[in-house]
Amino acid sequence: MGKIEIDPLRWKEEVLKKYPKKVAKKRDKGILVHDGEMPKQIMANVRSIPGIITARGCTYAGCKGVVLGPTRDIINLVHGPIGCSFYAWLTRRNQTLPPTPESENFMNYCFSTDMQDSNIVFGGELKLKQAVREVFEIFKPKSIGIFSTCPVGLIGDDVHAVAREMKEELGINIFGFSCEGYKGVSQSAGHHIANNTLMKHVIGRNDTAPEGKYKINMLGEYNIGGDAFELERIFEKCGLTLVSSFSGNSTIEQFERAHTADLNVIMCHRSINYVAEMMETKFGIPWFKVNFIGADASAKSLRRIAEYFEDAELMARVEEVIAEEMAIVKEAIETVYPRTTGKVAMLFVGGSRAHHYQELFSELGMSTLSAGYEFGHRDDYEGRRVIPTIQVDADSRNIEVLTIEADETRYRPRKTDEEIAALNAKGCGFGEYDGMMADMAKGALIIDDISHYEMEKLIEIYHPDIFCAGIKEKYCVQKMGIPLKQLHSYDYGGPYAGFEGAVNFYNDIDMMINTSIWKMIKAPWQVEPVIEAEYGV
Amino acid sequence: MRKIAIYGKGGIGKSTTTQNTVAGLVESGKKVIVVGCDPKADSTRLLLGGLAQKTVLDTLREEGEDVELDDVVKLGYGGSRCVESGGPEPGVGCAGRGIITSINLLEQLGAYDETEIETDYVFYDVLGDVVCGGFAMPMREGKAQEIYIVCSGEMMAMYAANNISKGIVKFAEAGGVRLGGLICNSRNVDNEENMIVEFARRLGTQMIHFVPRDNMVQRAEINRQTVIEFEPTHNQANEYRALAKKIDENKMFVIPKPLEMEDLESLLVEYGVE
Repeated sequence: MGKIEIDPLRWKEEVLKKYPKKVAKKRDKGILVHDGEMPKQIMANVRSIPGIITARGCTYAGCKGVVLGPTRDIINLVHGPIGCSFYAWLTRRNQTLPPTPESENFMNYCFSTDMQDSNIVFGGELKLKQAVREVFEIFKPKSIGIFSTCPVGLIGDDVHAVAREMKEELGINIFGFSCEGYKGVSQSAGHHIANNTLMKHVIGRNDTAPEGKYKINMLGEYNIGGDAFELERIFEKCGLTLVSSFSGNSTIEQFERAHTADLNVIMCHRSINYVAEMMETKFGIPWFKVNFIGADASAKSLRRIAEYFEDAELMARVEEVIAEEMAIVKEAIETVYPRTTGKVAMLFVGGSRAHHYQELFSELGMSTLSAGYEFGHRDDYEGRRVIPTIQVDADSRNIEVLTIEADETRYRPRKTDEEIAALNAKGCGFGEYDGMMADMAKGALIIDDISHYEMEKLIEIYHPDIFCAGIKEKYCVQKMGIPLKQLHSYDYGGPYAGFEGAVNFYNDIDMMINTSIWKMIKAPWQVEPVIEAEYGV
Repeated sequence: MRKIAIYGKGGIGKSTTTQNTVAGLVESGKKVIVVGCDPKADSTRLLLGGLAQKTVLDTLREEGEDVELDDVVKLGYGGSRCVESGGPEPGVGCAGRGIITSINLLEQLGAYDETEIETDYVFYDVLGDVVCGGFAMPMREGKAQEIYIVCSGEMMAMYAANNISKGIVKFAEAGGVRLGGLICNSRNVDNEENMIVEFARRLGTQMIHFVPRDNMVQRAEINRQTVIEFEPTHNQANEYRALAKKIDENKMFVIPKPLEMEDLESLLVEYGVE
């Protein structure tokens, strides 16, 4: 690569030097230089340090915005002052495609109880009930979710009691989320709360299984920029039936019958692994981790799904599809590769994305010098094997942990223990995830909950060719002359999942890193010598 | 205009003491407004001869923004002006936020505007313990300049007084609030007067008055009146007049020096056990 002149260990040392002692001590544990061996312990999912400028979001954002946001026929009613709803309104670019123009789609709407001072003083439950009735009367939805914002928790409005009462009164499924923004250290707590509520109030309500031989659920895929559409296309081509998607391009009905699928595949491990585990216990559906970001990774994931169903016909079909799709991918990569190979990327995004996108970059011949999550836990970095050793702190205890038992009538193990063992031997990897670090090169800098200062220092010292993060970082980084690709919203691009998505990504990254605009960031007087003179006296 | 807040442990007699003191002040010709800062809205009952019809927050909720000062201020004994902040029923919403909203509204409406209405005193009567920021509101931003703490010789009352002093210290630096003294509302505890005098001294303040315990207070209260109105010639009425006069003439305003828990306990042992 020839670009890295400073040893990452020295970089870390220099960065930590600038911090006050206590901060340095804490950040020391959140920054790792990968030694290429077994992943070392990283400190993650802990409180951000005040003043450090974190990229994290809040618990409400994780619950409402990420997990439930992409479902088109549920009304997501936010109980709180208007800002929480307005600023979480369609900001994630999760797309949806109702089957007909008349089909329900409430995603374009912004529902809020618009709490005012007097609702804080006297309590907002009456206003919430009024809002639920009003929204029901106008839209007649199948389901309403009520999301708690910070003040709701402070004044003690009981959204769950309101939900129960309204459910009885209106005869539709209504449930509440105690997802106040301050509930956890990041949006991750919100994902967990959303998972719990889906399990308690939604999944398993409808036993009608859709037609299909190979039925799967896709977990942790949020249809940013149309990713889910591309995956749906591939699944259909392979003959796989997608029972439900959590939650890109989804409907509440899909969730309700998700338990009729025979396999759960997980994309974003962080946001949805709880549902997968609980569904395995309750309904007997095994799960494994997949990755449809990257053409090779997609092919690998498809093969594993086919392997699971142990069906020669499916396996053959999957191979045909892969061959067909890869031909197009190969053509695309051949044109782009000479211009991208050897370049360096950095990724600080999500709780899984910073891992997944390394695949796409490596297909482009690019290396990932540094990566980290905003809200990942240790298992997302080090692999699920460390879960038993993760210390449960006070912040994590704040979130309910459900005790799940096998459903009396619906529990049906899809595979015997022997079959699972045999499939594991073939590399199915049930219930496993090795984490991001296992796939990273020696010397890579792994940084959890990166601070703004650390980000600037990374750019200043290493000059990556591209930096991947979100809107909060985008313009700071670009002003430093480095292109930034938003991997939360994909800027205006996508899809990037699957095969066609990979081609889109190759082209977008090629354009971004090879445009000459980045050389023109500096004003002429910053680069050209200035003629100086003195007046004669 | 002097702005005074009365604090003290719940049930110690803040409202009774405040209203009787106010009665003493208006009797001597002072113009006074009383602001009750308790969701129960019973801080002006004795001055009004019954509970206020409408609290600030009720009015705000019903009328929206269109609130007039006359909607919330009622005239009571001797021309005293009475306001109840009000608040939610127990277990709902946020009473602390209610007090903040209510005091801000009163200010916006010009309740304390001396150019409009001649006012010598504003009294804030605040709910028992300073449980959250809302109940500290009268101490903040220079809303009240003088604090009087009602206490007795009982351990928990003194403990509460010491805690309130800590609050005063906190806001004294930023907002300029000062402690004007302790009012001992006697519970007939052993050696009570000496103990409170000493407690006040250690806090760096004074016991401004010792109000003896008398059943007349209870009788007046049953009749929804202050003692001064109900039995003007009774000795207890004179006690309240004396308290009113001392407050009127008070010049001792301090930033208190709260006691450590151990010191407070040793004080009790020293004075409370005869």
